[in-house]
Formats: sequence, structure tokens, C-alpha cells
Amino acid sequence: MSYIQNVSRRGFLQGMLSGGALVLGAHLSPRVALAVPVVDTPADRAAFHPNVFLGIETDGTVYIMAHRSEMGNGSQTALPRVVADELDADWNRVRVVQAVGDSRYGSQDTDASASIREFFDLMREAGATARLMLFRAAAAQWSIPVSECESGLQVVRHAPTGRQSTYGELAPAASRLPVPRKEDLQFKPRNAWRYIGKDASLYHLKDICIGKAQYGNDVHLEGMLYASIERPPVLGGKVKSYQDQEALRVPGVRQTALIEPFKPPHALQPLGGVALIADNTWAAFQGRKKIKVVWENGPNMSYNSDQFKKELQQAARQPGLVVRNEGDVDAEFAKGGAMFEAEYYVPHLAHATMEPPVAVADVRDAKVEVWVPTQNPQGVQETVAKAVGVPKENVTCHVTLLGDGFGRKSFGDFAVEAAVLSKKLGRPVKVVWSREDDIKFDYYLPVAAVYLKAALDSKGKPTAWLQRSAFPPINSTFNTTARHGEWELKGNWIEAPYDVPNLRIENGAAQAHVRLGWLRSVASNYHTFAVQSFVAELADHAGRDPLEYLLDIWGPPRILNLNISHFPPEPGFPLDIGRLRRVTEIAAEKAGWGRHKLGKGHGLGIAAQRYSFTYVASVVEVEVMSKGEIHIPRIDTAVDSGTAINPGYVKAQFEGAAVFGTSVARSGEITATNGAIDQSNFYDYPVARINEAPYQTNVYVVDSEAPPSGVGEPGVSVIPPALCNAIFAATGKRIRELPLSKHRLM
Amino acid sequence: MIRVKVNGVERSFDGDPEMPVLWYLRDFLGLTGTKFGCGVALCGACTVHRNGEAIRSCVVPMRDIAGVEVTTIEGIAEKGLHPVQKAWMEFNVPQCGYCQAGQIMQAIALLKSKPRPTDQDIDGLMSGNICRCGTYQRIRAAIKAASEEAP
Repeated sequence: MSYIQNVSRRGFLQGMLSGGALVLGAHLSPRVALAVPVVDTPADRAAFHPNVFLGIETDGTVYIMAHRSEMGNGSQTALPRVVADELDADWNRVRVVQAVGDSRYGSQDTDASASIREFFDLMREAGATARLMLFRAAAAQWSIPVSECESGLQVVRHAPTGRQSTYGELAPAASRLPVPRKEDLQFKPRNAWRYIGKDASLYHLKDICIGKAQYGNDVHLEGMLYASIERPPVLGGKVKSYQDQEALRVPGVRQTALIEPFKPPHALQPLGGVALIADNTWAAFQGRKKIKVVWENGPNMSYNSDQFKKELQQAARQPGLVVRNEGDVDAEFAKGGAMFEAEYYVPHLAHATMEPPVAVADVRDAKVEVWVPTQNPQGVQETVAKAVGVPKENVTCHVTLLGDGFGRKSFGDFAVEAAVLSKKLGRPVKVVWSREDDIKFDYYLPVAAVYLKAALDSKGKPTAWLQRSAFPPINSTFNTTARHGEWELKGNWIEAPYDVPNLRIENGAAQAHVRLGWLRSVASNYHTFAVQSFVAELADHAGRDPLEYLLDIWGPPRILNLNISHFPPEPGFPLDIGRLRRVTEIAAEKAGWGRHKLGKGHGLGIAAQRYSFTYVASVVEVEVMSKGEIHIPRIDTAVDSGTAINPGYVKAQFEGAAVFGTSVARSGEITATNGAIDQSNFYDYPVARINEAPYQTNVYVVDSEAPPSGVGEPGVSVIPPALCNAIFAATGKRIRELPLSKHRLM
Repeated sequence: MIRVKVNGVERSFDGDPEMPVLWYLRDFLGLTGTKFGCGVALCGACTVHRNGEAIRSCVVPMRDIAGVEVTTIEGIAEKGLHPVQKAWMEFNVPQCGYCQAGQIMQAIALLKSKPRPTDQDIDGLMSGNICRCGTYQRIRAAIKAASEEAP
């Protein structure tokens, strides 16, 4: 449910627009409860929540508020273009304005690949509403029926009399009109769309290329100090004592300051520690090295990845919490026919956003302003308010551009650090995380063990299927007693769209010992790796072609109406096996599956899934060289994400996802020893470089009129299984544990 | 006192000569187009030119730029867009954009030494620049296009 209000007189966009401008606000009830719990309260849901503002200036400039964050996801270009299309605005006269954190916008959590999916309809409505109001203003002035008005680019025309007025001229009159009912709105037919479905460059493209785009670390305030923080190496650790005499002798260093440890659950709170305050970043880094802290590490000091791996694997082998059950898996297993089982393992992953966490805060007179590259400005607002001790209305969270997000910047702990320090010092403070801080103090993707078992018929097709995973849950970040997954089980893991009569899905219990969070494509990083590897193993076991077998296991084209008690289906996005089969067939066809003559040491592998309601399949070609190094000459990816707002940028997202997935597969591994993270920078947490990334990723976007679905994440998690399946085709070596850097391939 | 020319402007600096150039550019001159990514010359986000040659400004100390000319992304754009910047825009290379100033500075230096680079040249000279969004294939295409543009 949504509605739009005329807020021209209500002071929004103050200082930006003149008195005569037309300003529309819209609000809706958030449909999705994936918000970080601290901001997802009943009060938030009940209050007035405008989520978009559209302003038309008297000079014809169109202001469109971007309430979601831009981190390379492209939503700050795509969403305003949807508004502009229904409005018939000239894209060259549109100014995109970043919104501050404010619950009136509805959910601003830029996560779950959801910006377009959740706001496409509302953006169209906002544009169509403004256009109708401009029509009504013109009709009144010209004494003609509204139905005779039509729009051109930024103009309203009346063909019979040849009259025409610009949007700028009509804005003052339109701003005094009531907002039309939704039933009265006229939406453009698809064939009249100007921008939707057409390729567009990013709004910030030129600024990025000339070095003018503003990221978190680029914010500078008068009188600002710089902080670098020594944090407890073990989660929950506390400062026992510290010495800073040597640190204070470093030129440019001013003082040290204690940051209190969090109160469990840690959520978005800082870890605590000792901050070194200096006149510039370098002095802060140098001084910090000389602080000597004695830590009280606490119980998480028992966390050792080698040991924990065994515990997780054990949990995955034992009966767990049943989250879905169809038919009778045990009866089928008990028949004693052919069976196949396998175990998979994926370690913790770090986000390693190109821009390490950074934030600037200015606390004065019980007012707080923070500038932060965040995916979750309302979470920052809420957590900063609590930490500083002011009402959240007193906290303004300015969102800068993000140098990557990947889920890390859904957690605003670094912004809270800056606010706490600014309050202590009475000066604006910039907290700068080093790369080492970023790798060692992340909210990691959970480590996971996955167990799969199938009973097979005479053709090697499963008659019963058991899938069970064990991982410390992300919910532990918000609830210290959490032992089972929640978000992790959603989507393709619980949907398990296999043509198998007996199916059971279980989740093993595990406890978290480090901070956990979402990471691009989240649980599918381990679930899809396991399932799509397992399917290829079953094909090999049956002596069948992996592509033919994959299509067989999904079964015939059909709509699956799954009714799983705790996981209600998303309205408008039925699980369509026909679409899943189609992307699989397109990717295989384009890759020349079965036809393409491969060189020595080359192999093809395939994997496919539905994720964020988008259907995606990738075929990876790998070359395994004599010493076991791998080269990826080509990936073919087919995508059905429904209506593509900016097809060129959809391609770019999947090209990038192929590289991200390659990093996960090749070298993604975070481990802990005695509770402390072992890795620290790109030399021991390597990510794919230009010579290691796929040489060419071809992306085929299926032309579709279905509602738009997510494109940021789905492409990542098909890559590791497709790559490992390709390695199997090339070498006969099966990889059940990531990353590849742990294995000798030759 | 260290004298240095940054983007054509004469500057002098009398602070810590061990401070990396990156922080001088960012914290002292406000030239924030040059980015901090790793601090140990592993990611290339901080790439600038010292007398036209690409350096990682996060590890080069101030004492090593005495008397030289430093050019940053802001200096490249001063006289209108460079062919590499134009190619970056034509191929829609950036996603989040954070690493791209470093990528562009590295690519400009590369084309100076290899006006017609092969794939191996690009792998060799661009592999020090990480892009976490994964825009590498467009970077490669843009470099090749820019090399064809060059006289």
C-alpha cells in the first residue's frame, strides 16, 4: 500500500527549492522485514514514512531524492530514471540528491538486492502523479478537459489549440493542487518508455573519472581531528590497561581516548578499544602503533578455526532442526538402493570493500551530524543516538558515496566510534580504518559445513534428497542466544526446486565467536556451492552430461507454489522453473556446451540458481595449467531479472559478480586463532586481480516483462560451483572445500 | 623543507619527511581524488604520477618527492578530459568508482611506456590495481580503445 502527498508547503527540501516549486512526497508500508532490527520497530512502521521526494523547480530543474545508498549498485541512476520516465522529464535536467537518514523515507537499507524490486512501482507512481498534477494545472489555465492534455519532454501540450506550457511554468499552480487518487493515474505503456529498458551511464560517472566524486574519507570539516583505534583482537575483549606515553611523543599526536566496549548483543555498536587522536591520518596511524594495550580477551578466545571446522562438520552429519519436509526421505533411504552423499565446506569471508570503513562526526549542543558511507543510515542514526545519549531526531546521518558495500556497510559501528569520540573531544572527528582494521574487525560471512545425501533410481536421479547445513547464524549479531539460521535459510536453499518426491532440509546448531553479517549473495555462497557441486557429482556418478542432468533434476517447466510455514512466498515472484531452465539453456547454448572444442587442460562447468527472485546461470571455462595454476578465459552468464531498468548496467553487475565469485573461489578464507583473526591485508586475504579474473564475461539479459528483481548479488554464488565443476571436467579433481588456494590441482 | 610541484603548483612542506605522499595530498592539500585502499602498495587506489611515472603514494615518503612534479587525477583533468578518461566514460567502466582514479593514473602511465599494449602488457602493468567491483574487462577494453585514440 502506498500513497503520495503534496508536501510543497511542508518544508522538505528546505533551501533547495523556491516557494513556487512542486514537491511530492510518497510513503508506503514497508513490505519487507529484512531491516536491521534496531530500526525495524512498530513505531517506525506506523509513522509517516515518505520514501521519495520529487521536486520541480520553476526553471524546470527536476530534483529527485535518492533515498537508497550508491555503492556501485547503480540504484541512484536507475530509480530516478524510473521517476523521470513516467514524468516525461528531461534526464539532462534531473538533479539526483542524496537523502539523509530519515525514517520518513521508509526502509533505506540498501541490501538484499532490493532497491529496484521494492521501489519500481512507487517511483512510477511518483512520476505519474506529478505528471497528472501538471496536466490538471494546465487544463485549469486553458479551460480544457484534462483528458485532452498530453506531455512531451518537460512540457504539457493541448493539440487542438496548439497551446503548450513547460513544467517549470506549471509547477507553482500544480503545487497548490490536491494529490490525485491512484486510480486516476495514467501510466505509460511499455512501448512509450523513454528511459526504462534503455542503457544509461551512471549519474556520477564523470565525477568518478575526474576524481571529484565524494566518498566517506573525502569529507573534511574545519577543526577536524583524526582517529585511529586499537580494538580488542577477540570479540568481547576489554581493555585491562594501556600505556600511551610513547604514542604521545609522536609528532602530530594529541591524546588517546578510551572507547567503551559494547553491551551484548553487539549489533551495530563499536567493539571498544583505545583511540589515538592526531592532527592528520598519518600521525594517527603512527601514534597508534606505539600504544601498548593489555587485553582481557574473554570466552571467545577459545575460537580456533581448525577445531571449529570439525565441530561444524559434525553438526552437519547429525540430525538437525527440520525446516522443510516433503514425503518420507528416511523410508526411501531405508530401501537400501543406490545412494550418494558428499560434504562441502566454505570458510568465513571478509568483505574487503575497496574503501575501508571511515566516518566523520560532529557532536555539539546535543546535536549530532555524521558523514558516513553507509548502506543503513537509519541504523547509524539510531545507534549513534543511543551511544551519544540524544534523541534520534537530533542525529543527522549524511550518506556519502560508498566505495563498495557488499553488506559490510549495513553496520555503522565506525560511525558510532566517530560520534563517541567527537562528543568526548568537543571537536569534529574522522575515524579512519586501515585495511588491517577492515580485515580483522569485519562482520564476516559465517563459515559453513553442508551435508547432502540422495537415494538414486536406475538412471541416477534422486528419489530422496537430504540437505543439511551448519553455520553460526548472522542473527547472533542481534541475539546472543541465536544458534540457528533465519535469513540464511530463505530463498533457493528452502525452495530447493528439485523434481524429487522426498525432500528434507535441516539446519544444524552453531554458536558465533566473531561478528557475523551479510556478504554479497550471503548464504548462497556456501549453499549454492554445495548444491550445484553435488548435482554435478550426481551427474558424473550416473555417467550423464551435467547440463542434461541439471535440467532433469529441475524437471519440466512449471510454477512451484511452495507453501513453507515460516517462509511465505513473495507476492508477484512465483518460482518459475521454466525461467530457470531457460537461463540454463541460454548460458549453455552461448558457451557452446557440447559443441565448443576445448583445448588441452580446458573444461566447462555450469551452475544456476534463482536468487533475489532473479534467474541466473553461468558456464565457466577454465584452463588448468601444468603447475596447477588456473586461468578463466571465458564465462557466459544468462540472466532473467524481469524488467531490466538499465540493461547495460545489469550486464556490468554480472560481469562484476563473476569477478567477486572468482575471488571467493580462488582465495576467500578468513580464519581465527585463539579468537583473533589471522589475516590482515591483501597479501594474506587476496582478491582477484586483472590477470586472475575471468578474461571475458559475456552476459545475456533475457527480455522480460515480469516485475524487476535483484541484480547485485545473484551472479556471485553460481561462479564458485561452476568453476569447480569446470576444474573437474578439466582434471577429474573434485573440490568440496573452498578456497582453491588450499588445493593442488596438478 | 621539501619543495614539490603538485599539479603545476609549487608547494612546500616542513612536516614529517617520512609521511607518505598520499596523506600530504589528502589531509594537507585536500586533493581527495587519490584514494586510500591498503597502505602497503598492494591495491593501487593511491596511484599518482612522479615526473610522469606511476607510484603508489601510500608508501612513497615525502622526502622522495623533493624537487619533483607530482600529478594527481585532479591534475590530469585540468586541461579537459584525457583520452583515458574519455575511454573510461565511453565504456562505462566504473561501478562504485573508488579505485578508478588509481586505475586511470596507472593506465595513463602504462600507455606512455606501451603505446600499443598487448593483453600481457595490460596484465603485467595493471595487476597492481585492485577493483573489488570487478570492472577489469572494461578497464582492458578502455585501455585498448584509448591506445587506438592516441596519435
